[in-house]
Amino acid sequence: MQYAPQLYSAALRMTRNQADAEDLVQDTYLRAYRGFGGFTEGTNLRAWLYRILTNAFINTYRSRQRRPTESDLADVEDMYLYKRLPTLDTLAASRSAEDQLFDLLTDDEVKQALEDLPENFRLAVLLADVEGFSYKEIAEMLDIPIGTVMSRLHRGRKAMQKSLFDYAHARGLAGQTAGSAEGPDHG
Amino acid sequence: MADRDCNETLRELEIFLDGEMTTEELTVIRAHLEDCPNCLEAFDFHAELKAVIARKCRADPMPASLLSRIEECFQTDLDGDGRIG
Repeated sequence: MQYAPQLYSAALRMTRNQADAEDLVQDTYLRAYRGFGGFTEGTNLRAWLYRILTNAFINTYRSRQRRPTESDLADVEDMYLYKRLPTLDTLAASRSAEDQLFDLLTDDEVKQALEDLPENFRLAVLLADVEGFSYKEIAEMLDIPIGTVMSRLHRGRKAMQKSLFDYAHARGLAGQTAGSAEGPDHG
Repeated sequence: MADRDCNETLRELEIFLDGEMTTEELTVIRAHLEDCPNCLEAFDFHAELKAVIARKCRADPMPASLLSRIEECFQTDLDGDGRIG
C-alpha cells in the first residue's frame, strides 16, 4: 500500500476532516480491491487509485458535506499574489525565492486556502498542483472536458492566491503593498 | 519584447507550468523568456508557488491505525457476498 499516505493527504484536502479522510481511504482500497479486474496492467496504478478516490469522494462523501455541489467563485485578478507581494529577492538576496515563499506562507494557511475553495475548483487544483496529474487524467477522473479542467484550475488558483495573500497580509507580512490590496473592484 | 508578446506569453503561463505544451509552443515561450526578464520573473514566481503549495499540502502524517484497518478489511467478507473485501 505504498500510495496510502499520499491518498490520505489528498483525502484530507477533499473531506477536510480526519475521520472522513480515513473512511475515504479505506473505501478507496476496498473499491480498488474489488475492481482490480478493471485495472489494465502497464497503465498508471497511481492515477487509477486517484480516480477511485475521487469518485468515491464525489459519490459518497460529498453528499455529507454542507457545501453545494457546484458553487461558484468570485472573479479574482490574474497573478493576484505576484502583483501584491514585495519582490522576494529584496527580502533576502541569499536565499532562493522558493525558500522565501515557503517561509512566508505557513502550512496551515496553504492547506486552508486550498480547502476553502468550492469543491469543483478544489478537486481540480488538488489533482493538478498537489498531485501533479495531467489535464487529461484530471478530465477523466472528474468526467469533465479538458477545457473545463483548465478554466477551473485558472479560477481556483487565482482564488487560492487571494486567500494566501489575505492570510499573509493579516500577519503583516505583505504590508508593503497594503494600499493596493483591495483590488480594482473595491467599493 | 513588445507588450503584445508579454500578454500572450503570460496568458500561456499555466499551460507552460503544467507541462501541457507542445514542443513548438515551448520553443516560442522559451525564446520570449530568454529576452524578457519581467515575464521570466512572473513564470519563476508561479513555478515556485506551485512547488510550495505541493510541498505543504501533501505532508500530513497518516494515522498508523489506518493501515491496519485497511488490512483487516482484506481478511473479512464485509458485505456477506462470500468474497473477501
